[in-house]
Amino acid sequence: MIRPGAHEIRMGVLAALGFAAIACLPLFDDGYYLSLAVNIVMYVALCTAWTLFSGPTHYISLATAAFFGIGTYTVGIGIETMPFGALLAIACVLSGFVAALVGLATLRLSGVYFVIFTLGLAELVRQVVTWVQTNFTTGIGLYVFTEFTEKHIFWMLLGLTAVIYLTGWAINRSRLGFAMRIIGNDETVAAHVGIDTARAKVLLFIVSGAFIGIIGAILAPRFAYIEPPSAFNPMISFQVVIMALLGGTRRLWGPLVGVIPFTIVFDAVSAQFPNHTSILMGLAFLAVVYLIPNGITGWIEALVAKLKGGEAAPARKTRWIA
Amino acid sequence: MEILVTGVLLSGTYALIALGLTLQYGVARIMNLATGETLVAACFGAFWFFSALHINPVASLFLVAPIAFVVNWFIYALLLRPLVNRAKNRGMLEVDSILATFGLMFLFQGLMLLGFGGEYFSYSFLAEPFDIFGSPFGLNRVVAFVAAVVIAIALYVFLTHTRYGTAIRAVAVDPVSAGLVAINVARASAFAFALGGALTAAAGGLLSTFYTFNASMGVVFTMKALIIVIMGGVGDVRGAVLAALILGVAETTVASLIDPGLTLAATYFLFIVTLLFRPQGIYGKKQA
Repeated sequence: MIRPGAHEIRMGVLAALGFAAIACLPLFDDGYYLSLAVNIVMYVALCTAWTLFSGPTHYISLATAAFFGIGTYTVGIGIETMPFGALLAIACVLSGFVAALVGLATLRLSGVYFVIFTLGLAELVRQVVTWVQTNFTTGIGLYVFTEFTEKHIFWMLLGLTAVIYLTGWAINRSRLGFAMRIIGNDETVAAHVGIDTARAKVLLFIVSGAFIGIIGAILAPRFAYIEPPSAFNPMISFQVVIMALLGGTRRLWGPLVGVIPFTIVFDAVSAQFPNHTSILMGLAFLAVVYLIPNGITGWIEALVAKLKGGEAAPARKTRWIA
Repeated sequence: MEILVTGVLLSGTYALIALGLTLQYGVARIMNLATGETLVAACFGAFWFFSALHINPVASLFLVAPIAFVVNWFIYALLLRPLVNRAKNRGMLEVDSILATFGLMFLFQGLMLLGFGGEYFSYSFLAEPFDIFGSPFGLNRVVAFVAAVVIAIALYVFLTHTRYGTAIRAVAVDPVSAGLVAINVARASAFAFALGGALTAAAGGLLSTFYTFNASMGVVFTMKALIIVIMGGVGDVRGAVLAALILGVAETTVASLIDPGLTLAATYFLFIVTLLFRPQGIYGKKQA
């Protein structure tokens, strides 16, 4: 670990002030804007957790919905018997464990296997949960009644987002982060300089998955009624990928730039034209591939470099692995 | 025995979808995640031809498959070839094609939802019993299986016994060397992609005769096709057929002995076994 420099301390103070300002939001509004803010903070947290793993490794993970659902279900099953804090811890461990299994099975191989495996993971977990519930328990649905209101959920998510940012920052400065950057640039080189690439990738995937599990657990009281199709909704995985890619994944804060506009547009479209959301998603994916391959932040960075230097620096394209 | 026959009958359609995907991925190098949507679109196509124009679904294959061929050719030429040209290596192309076909997947799904809504569709074609080994099976399933076998054999003969088929296999092995022996790689790739789309559409037309379908079920079939292709070895016709057989039988076994809700779990189990013991697939060669 390197001691943080003056610039980093300044950024940290600014970020802390920003978080404190955002945390005051529920004092002003507890209707539509708070609910929109919960959505935005949730996706910021999800996308940043996703970027922790997929940013440096360039592996596209579609497992978000699976971890999210595991978190939600943990709370749904245990809320009657256990305190909420303990359930968050269990959700974290469980989704981390599933991430470890998936990582061990696929991350030793090329990225295509990983994408395909995670593509169906949420559906697989959903089928297993449904099967267990119909055969060994009394019913499919679960009720979650708590004292929490929208603003408590908002604060918990905001706090967790801060933790995710801090974790990402700490990983970047650690040996693991350094190893990840080398793997992201060239996996063969990484293996040749003695990095256990599979171990590093699995570790990071566990961290990312565990965070997503906690997010799902925090959101459980908001749903109130939990059943497999809504908890393991595969749409979440795709939304997270598209928002993170829109924002750009080369900076830890990149997804933030994608989440805010996309959540607002998506909310508006699904309220007015509920049948058009798939088309919106499709167009967003095509836009990321054909128009802004480095995301909005990458585009802005290229623009700034062009204005500053007169001549554009050769655009380093993000190399995604599959 | 009954399980085995049902599984084998089902696997005919699976094999066609997987053959389509293995051509697109093995030859054109495009990981087409919208393959399930092509399938569902063909289901709707056959449904429309049958209910509006009273055309027999097997006969309408001769309309559905050529339409899919043309549409897929345009998709490749307009959307995917730019990605092939800008990619510096195979990994980059794979990622770009995955993201682009995700876009197509959502786009097609959205358009079909707009056109047909989210309800389930089915129609009744040859829904009468047919006896095999003393047990009755749906005649439509048997017809679909026979048609699938005929198409698969035709494809195999085309790939192994014609000049152009051999050229396509050469592109699958090594696009650069294929170019050196005067094969038009760009055209062969476009042809393979379009042919793959046509095969998938043919599978869709056959599937619609005995399966209840809706606009958003495509991704499940994409999953199954991907797993079959990986199990069999990318780009290998024999492997895809064998893997489709294994998957069809395994799925039917789980569905009838344990729970119909667990078919995906069976698929995943096979996938994990493949990944752990033979990641290059049954007929695949180890990559250097």
